[in-house]
Amino acid sequence: MIPAKFDYIKVSSINEAVDLVDKHGFDAKILAGGHSLIPAMKLRLNTPSILIDISGIEGMNEIKESGDEIIVGANCTHKQIMSSDLVKNQLNILAQTAATIGDVQVRNRGTIGGSLAHSDPSADYPATVLACDAKIEVTSKNGSRTIDAEDFFQGIFTTALEDDEIITAVRFPKVKDGNYQKFYQSASRFAVVGVAVVKDGNGVKVGITGVADTPYRAKAVEKAYDGSTDAATHAVDGVDVMSDHFADSEYRAHLAKVMVKKALA
Amino acid sequence: MRISLTVNGKQYSHDVEPRLSLAHYLREVLNLTGTHIGCDTSSCGACTITLNGDAVKSCTLLAVQADGCEIVTIEGMANGAELHPIQESFKENHGLQCGFCTPGMVMTASDILKNNPNPTEEEIRHGLEGNFCRCTGYHNIVKSIQQAAEKINQ
Repeated sequence: MIPAKFDYIKVSSINEAVDLVDKHGFDAKILAGGHSLIPAMKLRLNTPSILIDISGIEGMNEIKESGDEIIVGANCTHKQIMSSDLVKNQLNILAQTAATIGDVQVRNRGTIGGSLAHSDPSADYPATVLACDAKIEVTSKNGSRTIDAEDFFQGIFTTALEDDEIITAVRFPKVKDGNYQKFYQSASRFAVVGVAVVKDGNGVKVGITGVADTPYRAKAVEKAYDGSTDAATHAVDGVDVMSDHFADSEYRAHLAKVMVKKALA
Repeated sequence: MRISLTVNGKQYSHDVEPRLSLAHYLREVLNLTGTHIGCDTSSCGACTITLNGDAVKSCTLLAVQADGCEIVTIEGMANGAELHPIQESFKENHGLQCGFCTPGMVMTASDILKNNPNPTEEEIRHGLEGNFCRCTGYHNIVKSIQQAAEKINQ
């Protein structure tokens, strides 16, 4: 499988990247790790005429501590995130999530920014990004803005990113008590269901991926949470549950409740 | 587009189309056919090589992305006639049957052992999630990697 022809430019600054995106518009695609984009291009589901490789932009692959936050550069690979002492100590739920993605080779290349921009409905990060109330930093030629996790995911492969915007970093609050529970699709290692839970004092925040066409905060679970795992029965309240050849909607809905229960325990 | 890279210690420079995959570059331009293309969808791991020391699936990289990088393929593992300890262990433990997946298994094993010189059986199996053996010979592949770890640590 060979992609349609395209031009390739490797940029060394975010300004160069946003200028090119502005110039080429919809014909351009951003390349970071390429582990969602290149397979889609090989299947010709995506036929950009120019690829803008942002992997060499200085500073975009760093993980930093800033006050109460951990700032993860968009170009950080899953491997880098799961191996970072800073992430493991201050935001272990994210290290735990990254460690479940794909396989060794995929984790060595795939990036958090690429995964979020692609927004696969079965990707792992969205559940954790939602449960942590993370903020997504984006830049375009017109400047930078911050998008709240809850506003970011808008549908199947659809996000709040404008055509000319590039994710530069994700800002997470430090999390002491959180965990990610995943039921693997056994061949692809994507999540059939993935549940992230962050506990804070008496309350809980629950992010769910793989269940609906858009990852969501399970507000009904959060509201019903009483310290026990009983609230898990509300995992799919008001949710249009997906059905596919791996799991029909009835099975998936049941699985979501089981995984929420595990994550709350 | 002009790319320059090091493969198995040797410097190469070629004009390539941006859409040329790294796997095809290795096989068809450099004639290093030890890197296999199985699924061509980054699932099976037969095309695994190391790029700046990390195992990656070369079917899901463009050759242009490897510009300036250092690559090792299965052909770069042995030292002349002397097999790499991982290769030696695969030979001694019947770690290959048809052999199609073997180059990828060996390259992934090198990544596993680089990051974790004393892996448990479970850690090896976890590390091989991205490599399929259609002969289902996993048991001896895991044994081979366990023995390779011992050899390397000696």
